[in-house]
Amino acid sequence: MTALLHVKNMTHFFGGLRAVHNYNLNIAPRQIFGLIGPNGAGKTTIFNLITGVYTPTEGEILLENKNIKGLETNAIAAMGLGRTFQNLALWRHMNVVDHIRMAHYSQLDYGLMGAFFNSRACRDQENQVRENAHRLMELFDIEKFADDLVTSLPYGAQRRVEMARAMATKPKVLFLDEPTAGMTPDELVKMIRIIRQVHQDFNVAIFLIEHRMKFVMELCESIQTLVFGEVIAQGPPEEIQNNPQVIEAYLGKEDMT
Amino acid sequence: MGILQKFKQMFSTVPMLGWFLGILAAVLIEYFWGYDYISYYLGLPKIPVLFGALIMLKEPVMIPGALAYDLIVYVIPVLAVAKLSSFITNPGAALLEKLPLWLSAVIHLVCFYAILHLWAGINDYRVLVVKLTLVSIILTVSVNVINGYQGEFSCSHPGFMALGAYVSSILTLVLFTNDKIFGTALLPPALGPYLFPLVLVAGGAAAAIGSLAVAIPSFRTRGDYLAIISLAFMFIVKSAVENLNIIGGARGMGGQPDLAPLPVIFFWTMLCIWVIHNFVTSILGKALNTVRDDEAAAESMTVKTRKTKMTAFMFGAFWAGVAGGLFAHVLTYINPGMFSINRLAEILAMVYFGGLNSIVGSIVGAVSINVLGEALRPLELFKWIIIPLILIFVMIFRPYGLISFTEINAKKLLEAKHKRQQGVSP
Repeated sequence: MTALLHVKNMTHFFGGLRAVHNYNLNIAPRQIFGLIGPNGAGKTTIFNLITGVYTPTEGEILLENKNIKGLETNAIAAMGLGRTFQNLALWRHMNVVDHIRMAHYSQLDYGLMGAFFNSRACRDQENQVRENAHRLMELFDIEKFADDLVTSLPYGAQRRVEMARAMATKPKVLFLDEPTAGMTPDELVKMIRIIRQVHQDFNVAIFLIEHRMKFVMELCESIQTLVFGEVIAQGPPEEIQNNPQVIEAYLGKEDMT
Repeated sequence: MGILQKFKQMFSTVPMLGWFLGILAAVLIEYFWGYDYISYYLGLPKIPVLFGALIMLKEPVMIPGALAYDLIVYVIPVLAVAKLSSFITNPGAALLEKLPLWLSAVIHLVCFYAILHLWAGINDYRVLVVKLTLVSIILTVSVNVINGYQGEFSCSHPGFMALGAYVSSILTLVLFTNDKIFGTALLPPALGPYLFPLVLVAGGAAAAIGSLAVAIPSFRTRGDYLAIISLAFMFIVKSAVENLNIIGGARGMGGQPDLAPLPVIFFWTMLCIWVIHNFVTSILGKALNTVRDDEAAAESMTVKTRKTKMTAFMFGAFWAGVAGGLFAHVLTYINPGMFSINRLAEILAMVYFGGLNSIVGSIVGAVSINVLGEALRPLELFKWIIIPLILIFVMIFRPYGLISFTEINAKKLLEAKHKRQQGVSP
């Protein structure tokens, strides 16, 4: 099995603090992979390390056998690593369709002069992007909000905008940072359906951080548990669910007196 | 409120072409009868230059006369002709709608320019005010790229303007004039008007290169700190020029050939608006907004944030340089004092008054602050109490400026305004 995303012995220090230690990851094409762990375990840090927000102190990161460690975030994103954020990171003064359009940035090549003088290449590419944006919005059921500012949307719709935006970058691996944070049970079910659909339609691998066990157990093929920057267990959902170490990390040790 | 709404409805059937015709009628009335009859019988000493504001403030006795003049020459003819001619202008606008949008826009602009030229031509002072206002529009729109679309608080615009003004002045002085310092003209002065665009572009390019001094720090810092860096840049440019004796030092530099008549400035202003409009509505330009609103998200969505910041600064500075070049050739004299903190205050007032993230807003801001500044001139010191007060009120009621986050929709602006088919029965 060739790995799409391969992380080998990644370690990262924030000053003297060891945030991530000896982290390994292999995500196969089309796999849905979960990362769980208690608060402060370093889950989001791992996302940030792989997506290039921080450069890891040690280790290797390969995307389709190409080294992406040390590249700029935008270059890594353009190579096929899309993501959403834990606390929505939408652009507050922009409307929905512009969000989706913007995510096509790396797929344009008309250049600055083309943009200044509205060249034919510019018009053609922009029209194509617009069409694509509308297709994506339909898929994520946000078409009706197209011209609204994102800040005026209901929470669930904002999440979907973020997801649609990430898909517009044409990712090979999609990183979802707590996609159901703050959602009602109804919205949660809808989200599961959307993620399934994205997985099928776009042929992507998905790497997600999540707290809700129901969600993780239902979606993921394989799960890692992270505690204090170290992976303590890895395997299919049922195995993780019954792993005593995982239970201990989440619930604490039972006092045997 | 009811009256206002009725009024609005009454004139909602007038297309842009109709307004042009109305204004043309007003200008023609002023041109032919303004001095000989109307202002004479109203007891005014001469044609009120800026709608009588100057006369009214200087001599309050003249207020009724000046107001009557405005009513007779401007208000009534514009409204009447615009409304009554709508049966011709609407089919006319509909005809133009069949043309490609750009052609229709160019035709409208030519008409608009013709009227403006006629109006301004009645008085030399008006020509100067219109020229400076157009230069201000370029400046304001270009500041909006950095302070509005890109959301930095950059204070370096007078510096960019100075770079453009000085570089283009030096070029025209060296090339086209026999100057005391720079010697005889290298090229025949007759070539001046043809090479002037290149000179302006060179000035703009100089400003763009200068802007790197602010753009590169902006990779690492934002907000107040960048404001201080950019402010420092402005003062560095100013004192550098003051200490360079070869270009006149603090005494300034004069004798530029008059290469910037009204049509040239109008052309550059429209070009600037067109190019900046294209840019900010394209995805590459929208990238500025993403950097402003959330840089981390922008990076993750493949936006090259560093390139974007650099583009914003260099692009904004380029147009500031062009504006500086035009400014120098309008006044045919510049000195470093012109590009100092006063100019900065004026530019920022125009941008924040008009509206952030909007070209229309910038145009409105530049025109209103300029015209207001000229109209309130007789108040002298009080002018600087009234204008800031207006600014404060705008900031209270519309924190992003009068018209913010709105783009020009040329199609909608120029379309024919037909009466609605249903519902309206005679």
